Amino acid sequence: MSPSTDVSPAPATTATDVADAIGTDDELVEEELLVEEISIDGMCGVY
Amino acid sequence: MNPRAPHQLSSRIGLRPEPFGAMAYHFDTRRLVFLKTPALVELVHSLVDYDSVNSAVAAAVDGDEHKANLYVTALSSLADAGVICER
Amino acid sequence: MNVELTKKPVPRLVDQLQYGLSAPICMTWELTYACNLECVHCLSSSGQRDPRELTTDEAKAVIDELAALQVFYVNVGGGEPLVRRDFFELLEYAIGRRVGVKFSTNGYLLDEAKAKRLAELDYLDIQLSLDGADAATNDPIRGAGSYAAVIRAMDNLRAANFGEFKISVVATRHNVSQLDEFKALADSYGAQLRVTRLRPSGRGVDVYQDLRLTQTQQREIYTWLMGQPDVLTGDSFFHLSALGDALPGLNLCGAGRVVCLIDPVGDVYACPFVIHDEFMAGNVRDEGGFSKVWRESALFESLREPGAEGACTSCGAYDACKGGCMATKFFTGLPLDGPDPDCVKGFGEEAMAAVDQSHVPHSTQDHSKPSGPQSQRVSISLGSKPASN
Repeated sequence: MSPSTDVSPAPATTATDVADAIGTDDELVEEELLVEEISIDGMCGVY
Repeated sequence: MNPRAPHQLSSRIGLRPEPFGAMAYHFDTRRLVFLKTPALVELVHSLVDYDSVNSAVAAAVDGDEHKANLYVTALSSLADAGVICER
Repeated sequence: MNVELTKKPVPRLVDQLQYGLSAPICMTWELTYACNLECVHCLSSSGQRDPRELTTDEAKAVIDELAALQVFYVNVGGGEPLVRRDFFELLEYAIGRRVGVKFSTNGYLLDEAKAKRLAELDYLDIQLSLDGADAATNDPIRGAGSYAAVIRAMDNLRAANFGEFKISVVATRHNVSQLDEFKALADSYGAQLRVTRLRPSGRGVDVYQDLRLTQTQQREIYTWLMGQPDVLTGDSFFHLSALGDALPGLNLCGAGRVVCLIDPVGDVYACPFVIHDEFMAGNVRDEGGFSKVWRESALFESLREPGAEGACTSCGAYDACKGGCMATKFFTGLPLDGPDPDCVKGFGEEAMAAVDQSHVPHSTQDHSKPSGPQSQRVSISLGSKPASN
């Protein structure tokens, strides 16, 4: 087994790709949306 | 948050870059915070180079007061969540 | 330095996450298929150790990868993880690499000595599995004496000053009336309560029709959870968000997008509830290890594409419920782009009636002990006719 321990973050998509894909026409968003908080327990698929 | 005080990323935080910005995980509280723009992430990293939140934000927004308010509010949420702290 | 704030709108978080991440946010890692219990609904069909289990060194290499990827949190389970002889070695190794660990246990092996040892560790959460607020409700599901074992384990953790731990309950037809008692039990130990959804995964498929919640019970549990902001759910009830306000959490299927499973032999699955070849993305022993599987496997790429709404297109609730749980649909033989069996609008019931029962999939990994939980399978029916094989 030879897993790499030298892993650099390699995003599959860019924020621009994502925004384009969504294609919304909103104004500059309000400050509440720049930060969002959630519990580490808040994602489905972990028992 | 006292915006006149110098701040930095907390040592209790793991910050992980993502395409949309970053995720910050607080190892003590188990809270996960999403920073939803890369610009905000850069600003958080820059805090350690300035002697106040206000001066870091001023450097980032180049005179745009609306943006400045936006950022100060976002940084205030991050302070409440323990992502950034006074140094 | 001039940091530009883009004038492009910030997409909703859920939209950004559905495109996939550079690493899981958190994930499940089953350390062993060996277990001292034989719970009737075991999602991993555990019981017997698999001879191909990852070695200690292989497990440490996985931990090294998780640390490099900055996976914040791993839920270690099994089988019963305390059965592994290197459990503490691996636990301490992970914590030393700043990978937060929660492990799920049935508590039998959590004696005073282990409790003391665990109390000394940082970044560690413990989750005790319990499916009844008393032995009469719990033990038919988990085995004679299993309720008492959890109480003992909790007493040991308290005596050792471990601090806060979690009690995790799988909601069933027979225990949903005990939600307040579960909360009281958790409160009495200063513990957090977690209530999760039963899926027809692993051995769960054999008891699913007997144990799944009725529509009335679904509404009851939704109402109860909405009034209990301190109770965790692992986001497992997001299909109920169509009933009203969304429950806390991401409210979306995380499989292959924000979570995944590493099983005891190193196979990587989209989530612990789909241990089936169809949802197997690769193996950590392959070249490139776990990182390569997460980032490049064909399965995960396809899960990260925007979902086809299919039969749910015309339903106004889709945006809230996202069509429900992929695992639950898969193991009940329903199409993945249609309604969840427990669709709160009733579309799931219609769809179930059309399913050819002879073609419903079963897990492709079964490590159940040969004796099987036969006696328990009969007793959980509690008055109705026994579940047939």
